Amino acid sequence: MAVDRLLPTDEARALIELTREVADKELATRVDDHERGDGTYPEGLFRTLGETGLLGLPYPEEYGGGAQPYEVYLQVLEELAARWATVAVTTSVHGLACFPVATFGTEEQKQEWLPRMLAGELVGGYSLSEPHAGSDAAALRCRAEKDDDGDYRITGEKAWITHGGKADFYALFARTGEGSRGVTCFLAPGHTEGLTFGRPEEKMGLHAVPTTSATWDGGLLSADRRIGDEGQGLPIAFAALDSGRLGIAACAVGLAQAALDAAVDYANERQTFGKRIVDHQGLGFVLADMAAAVDSARATYLDAARRKDAGVPYSRQASVAKLVATDAAMKVTTDAVQVFGGAGYTRDFPVERYMREAKIMQIFEGTNQIQRLVISRHFAR
Amino acid sequence: MNIVVLIKQVPDTWSERKLSDGDKTLDRASSDAVLDEINERAVEEALKIKEAGDAEVTILTAGPDRATDAIRKALSMGADKAVHVNDEAIHGSDAIATAKVLAKAIGTVGDVDLVLAGNEATDGRSGAMAGMLGELLGWPSLTHANELTVENGTAKAKRETDEGTSDLEASLPAVVSVGEKINEPRYPSFKGIMAAKKKPVTTLGIADLGLDASEVGLAGSLVQVDSFAPRPPKSGGQKVEDEGDGGAKIAEYLVGQKLI
Repeated sequence: MAVDRLLPTDEARALIELTREVADKELATRVDDHERGDGTYPEGLFRTLGETGLLGLPYPEEYGGGAQPYEVYLQVLEELAARWATVAVTTSVHGLACFPVATFGTEEQKQEWLPRMLAGELVGGYSLSEPHAGSDAAALRCRAEKDDDGDYRITGEKAWITHGGKADFYALFARTGEGSRGVTCFLAPGHTEGLTFGRPEEKMGLHAVPTTSATWDGGLLSADRRIGDEGQGLPIAFAALDSGRLGIAACAVGLAQAALDAAVDYANERQTFGKRIVDHQGLGFVLADMAAAVDSARATYLDAARRKDAGVPYSRQASVAKLVATDAAMKVTTDAVQVFGGAGYTRDFPVERYMREAKIMQIFEGTNQIQRLVISRHFAR
Repeated sequence: MNIVVLIKQVPDTWSERKLSDGDKTLDRASSDAVLDEINERAVEEALKIKEAGDAEVTILTAGPDRATDAIRKALSMGADKAVHVNDEAIHGSDAIATAKVLAKAIGTVGDVDLVLAGNEATDGRSGAMAGMLGELLGWPSLTHANELTVENGTAKAKRETDEGTSDLEASLPAVVSVGEKINEPRYPSFKGIMAAKKKPVTTLGIADLGLDASEVGLAGSLVQVDSFAPRPPKSGGQKVEDEGDGGAKIAEYLVGQKLI
């Protein structure tokens, strides 16, 4: 059943309607084909999403974006995630990858790249993590050495890149100096001499879009591909992640909503002891708790989004939203499998997939332990 | 080139569709209303012609207030403007009375070169509108087109039927109805949805078309619904035990139904 959303404008209502149409026709019909087994990449799908305008929603109209507040953009992500978490996560990561140019780029850089990025002609990935620098991003070692022409030679190992090898560009973070003020942000093209990608990781879920490592072996990035100042990289990365983790919170809520919907449908059909299982109080209360978790998670990310839209600090609320929404998704999807009983443990029903997909939401874009760290730091006087 | 695309808002085929007990016309309130899918293909075909050369695409519909939603959808796909014939007097019109209204409305659009329509709406299913309009306008009508090329003042269409394929050709102006296989309609874009709000929609009553209430509606229709009954529920069907000869029995059944 469609979620009854309170949306701020007619424009937003039309956008959600469009999203549901595209998601029902392009995502829900294809998800099983692409997620089964090791997964196959949905060729052309991100092009379609770009053409409909869904890949540039939170960015300014003058560069081809949809000029939508986060409150609305996140609900679009939620609708996508309810049909196909991989596509929603990849869309969120694309938004994250556009963030450095859109927020810290020069006017020339925005004119040069943003229109194609926001139209989905260029789809992006985010390359901050390294094998030994995940949660501790400041420990990254990949180096960017400036040559005599002012261009940069990149050398090092990157890891856990969503859309790795498939994306057209990456927001890349590499070291130009020492310490936490020695990291610089670049807009790296997906095809660069000296850049190779590792074999896709064999993951528990999100099979349709590859996650890879990357090796930079002296690849050259021209000076105009540096975003912001030298040494500004980590503040850019963390600012991007503040909004990115709101995207993940929305994806988690969409996933949880899908699991709840599936469980409710099943509980209305399945009979035991002469009545539908929804009429057994023990099972009905499980569904009630699931619904409460979904609703409260949604309210939490919407609160953070409205703060961001209002231009007030929202970092703490974004971390709370990511923590609450992804933990809710894990619990709700696990309970959905329980509602289905043995059937839920089979691939005949989607709930086992939801459960596998929920787990990663507690891990990426800042583990939920890191979210607690961000939240608790706000308390230190 | 000046193209008019006929669209129709129909009850969603996924929802329960009913006739009203009173005048035995469609009970519009009982189901969700959507732009008929075949119309999206007609709009798409018009947009392809527009993108290949130069054309103005006008959407035309006859329907009640809420048909504006269907118009908005067609405009958000990329059509330029719309004409909405909205008059209580039209309520209950049969296919011929509707064709009269649409033919007059096409006349308000100017020198029209091409009228595009779906071959059959999912509600009335008369499948006759393109032919009737051709007759009323005095234009050739090429129906059930699964391919269409329009160039040098000529429309060429391919019509596939169970018997074979026909190649049809007519000089413009002409009426063309399109089939399911002609194209895959695009999605509206978010920008298209925003732009559609600013596109002109002309609303006309039958008086604006020079028609009298007696010529349309239930009174002006040759065909009226006398009685109706819901489709009987599906029966249990025929059960056949497979005793090693299941395949033969299935074949026997299909032969009996003249399916093979």
